[in-house]
Amino acid sequence: MRKRETAALVALAAVLVVVLPLCNLLPPGSPFHISNFTLNLFGKFLTYAILALGLDLLWGYSGVLSLGHGVFFGLGAYAMGMHLMLEIGTQSVYQNALPDFMVWNQVKTLPLFWQPFKSAWFTVFAVMAVPAAVALVFGFLAFRSRIRGVYFSIITQAFALSAWLVFNRNEMNLGGTNGLADFKTIFGFRLSQPGTQRMLYVVTALALVGAYALCRWITRSRAGKVLVAIRDSETRVLFSGYAPANYKLFVFVVSAILAGVAGALYAPQVGIITPAKMGVLPSIEMVVWVAAGGRGTLIGAVLGAFGVNWMQSWLTTSYPDLWLFFLGALFMGVVLFFPDGILGAIGRLGSRIWNRGRSTAPGTPKLADTTSGHGGPMARTPQTPS
Amino acid sequence: MKQLSLLLLLCVAWLAAPAASHAQSPEALKALADLAIDDGDKREAAVAVIGGTKDPKWIEFLTALREGSVYALTKGKAVEVVVGGAKSTKGDQDVIEITTAYDRKPLGTVPLATLTEIAADRRLRIAIKPFLDSDETKTQLASPDAETRRGAAVKLGHQAEASAAPVVEAAIARETNAQVKHTLQEALAMIRLAGGDAAVRVLAAQTLGGLHSFDAVPALQKLAADASASAAERTAATAAVRQIERWGLMIRVVETTFQGASLASILLLMSVGLAIVFGLMGVINMAHGELMALGAYSTFVIQNVFRAKWPAYFDAYFIVALPVSFIVAAAVGVVLERGVIRRLYGRPLETLLLTWGASLIIQQALRLWFGAANVDVSSPTWLSGGFPLMTGLTLPFNRLFIIALAAVSVAGMYWLLFRTNRGLTIRAVTQNRSMSACLGVRAGVVDAVTFGLGAGLAGLAGCALTQIGNVGPSLGQNYIVDSFMVVVTGGVGKLAGTILAAAGIGGLNKGIEPALGAVFAKVAILIAVIIFLQRRPAGLFATRGRNAEA
Repeated sequence: MRKRETAALVALAAVLVVVLPLCNLLPPGSPFHISNFTLNLFGKFLTYAILALGLDLLWGYSGVLSLGHGVFFGLGAYAMGMHLMLEIGTQSVYQNALPDFMVWNQVKTLPLFWQPFKSAWFTVFAVMAVPAAVALVFGFLAFRSRIRGVYFSIITQAFALSAWLVFNRNEMNLGGTNGLADFKTIFGFRLSQPGTQRMLYVVTALALVGAYALCRWITRSRAGKVLVAIRDSETRVLFSGYAPANYKLFVFVVSAILAGVAGALYAPQVGIITPAKMGVLPSIEMVVWVAAGGRGTLIGAVLGAFGVNWMQSWLTTSYPDLWLFFLGALFMGVVLFFPDGILGAIGRLGSRIWNRGRSTAPGTPKLADTTSGHGGPMARTPQTPS
Repeated sequence: MKQLSLLLLLCVAWLAAPAASHAQSPEALKALADLAIDDGDKREAAVAVIGGTKDPKWIEFLTALREGSVYALTKGKAVEVVVGGAKSTKGDQDVIEITTAYDRKPLGTVPLATLTEIAADRRLRIAIKPFLDSDETKTQLASPDAETRRGAAVKLGHQAEASAAPVVEAAIARETNAQVKHTLQEALAMIRLAGGDAAVRVLAAQTLGGLHSFDAVPALQKLAADASASAAERTAATAAVRQIERWGLMIRVVETTFQGASLASILLLMSVGLAIVFGLMGVINMAHGELMALGAYSTFVIQNVFRAKWPAYFDAYFIVALPVSFIVAAAVGVVLERGVIRRLYGRPLETLLLTWGASLIIQQALRLWFGAANVDVSSPTWLSGGFPLMTGLTLPFNRLFIIALAAVSVAGMYWLLFRTNRGLTIRAVTQNRSMSACLGVRAGVVDAVTFGLGAGLAGLAGCALTQIGNVGPSLGQNYIVDSFMVVVTGGVGKLAGTILAAAGIGGLNKGIEPALGAVFAKVAILIAVIIFLQRRPAGLFATRGRNAEA
């Protein structure tokens, strides 16, 4: 079983990393041709999938629901965006070495915190380090004082709101509401060329495979077992001599780094990053990707990120009024009817058919156990209604 | 070129002014003829000439011109400018009585069709205004409307023309309204400060200081820095400025406190419902903000119904809107609870996502139904205006009303929870759900009632918010995160915690807003809450005992 699963995953990874870019290289007339636009769209979805993996690790495995992951995504994207802005140099509208918005805002010299982003290496480091540092401080304060469950979710939501408000301010020197845009090159390659976009796509796909491998490794490790135990009964883990706060902090930081990497890959592919990407609504939307795909499965998070966003890009162009209805219904429907997501639903259906043929059930319904019963992982009211 | 000729004309007018006391001054008559010509520049120049005579009769003519009752009467080739009077209908013709422009000699009645109105367009009205103002302001002092009298007094104070002093003095003597009297005294002192000799100015400066006149600060500062003024004048002016500034500081303190109380009461109105539901069921209702929006839109609809059906009783709409918005929000709340939330008890994180989904749907429905733009809700007259607490500080009635509403709601909540049977069951289920159920409390009914109550309070908050803010589909989003913070800080299950937290967060927010600005004040609040939760992770009043932590 494990072998077959691995084979399927490798095949999926190969399709994402090798086959899709090759299809893009085919001449436009070919039936297997994938347009630059579609490949770019897929690249965007893949960055979301990287973020969703981290969120799944945090929520699906450790039971910590963060409604503020848009902030970490934004931090990574802004770190990359700052480097790209500086790479524009004098090719900008005002032909000034400073980014355009600084010229508008009458900023004369480059602010100090922009200086190190001239270096590509520092940027790659900052993309991970900045979200990690913020997550470390925030998580330390939150988990140390045992803020958990709904309390933690609300605090992270306020965190997202605050970050959104702050990044919208012009005096932060981060472009205000308009954010960072008009990137020209990345590490010397022109972003307008299809080759660069294809390369970015491949890098994103590889990053996703790497992120998946990392998350899989964490969940298979001893620490992963402790995380699941924390989700199911934190108090019991505490009394068994573990320090749940440290484990949760670790996962929180890892997921923040993944979100930062996702953001950094998002910025050059989409070409713009604004505070609107890190507010309350985008942050909670990320949660629904994981929920829809099936949490606590990792692959479900990837599928959810893909599926929901595909749906979004189709609905917002065809029926813009309906998108929010759909999203709301998705929130409600997933929670009410598919607590273990699409993957869980398919799995249940599959195992039912399987069971008809054989007498033993080989499926792994470990997630369904914890989510479909009463008194789930973070129950605040210990008594279940009769 | 045109400007030059205008200037020239003005010069002529100025030179002619002394002589123009004689009625039929040729310049004014020529200007009068110019008025009939449809040319903006010429008309403007003509008004300047006519006004420049300062002849009361000509000023009266300008008043008529501004009101649009001046006409050009064509007699063959000659054009005469006349003033129109009463209109009437003779046969199938509209006719009008006309008089001469200057001394209003009746010229008989002519058909309206033979006249061309000299329209007082914007430019002409602006040209006329300065000639009428000084007169008008003085007449306004005798107006029956207190607000007009006050406005006139403020204007006279700023103009500070010595000639106005006797008029103001007379007005003070007959004034009965304390506020207007205060303003008049201020104006008089400002007039005296501008003119008058040293002793009068010292006295005026002292008076202004005593009256806490903010309007006089620039004049006083100018006097304090004036090298040509005597030492006594300068000291008096400096002392007065200092006195006024001290008063200003005090007002700011009182004002900030009031704003803090106002914000706190809004937060309280919103979070009481949220906190009770959270305490009872462990459910954070993310759709609470949208229930508020529903309340606000109900108010909007009620307002429109009153405007269309019973315009005479328009002021009463708000009285009707309060219970209606409560009922609408409560009904939606009960449907939400019975329909979906009750399936998810014991799973607070899932409920959070579920209610968020519901909030998106309600929000989008409101947007499609009422449009994405903000709708207009006008205040009833009894909520506009304010209570003048002290000089320079008026407490708006709408904010006072919200503070009162929050107080009444919380008092009602206390009464309900601690003085009624229903309240007893709510508290019992909050403490121990299964034990209460065993003892015959129907927990499901308690849940529905409580959720409906919390939703209704949200609707009430939404109704109150229409009086102070914009009403749009995303109304709830602006306050909702703040009210979550109140609930988290206040802790579960105790109303006192919610009240204290609302007061603390509201007060802190308004207290640091002047220093940091609105955005960074919000960030500071978040940091403060996180630090606070370090000490008390479960809020101000935590539930203690075996069930405290699941």
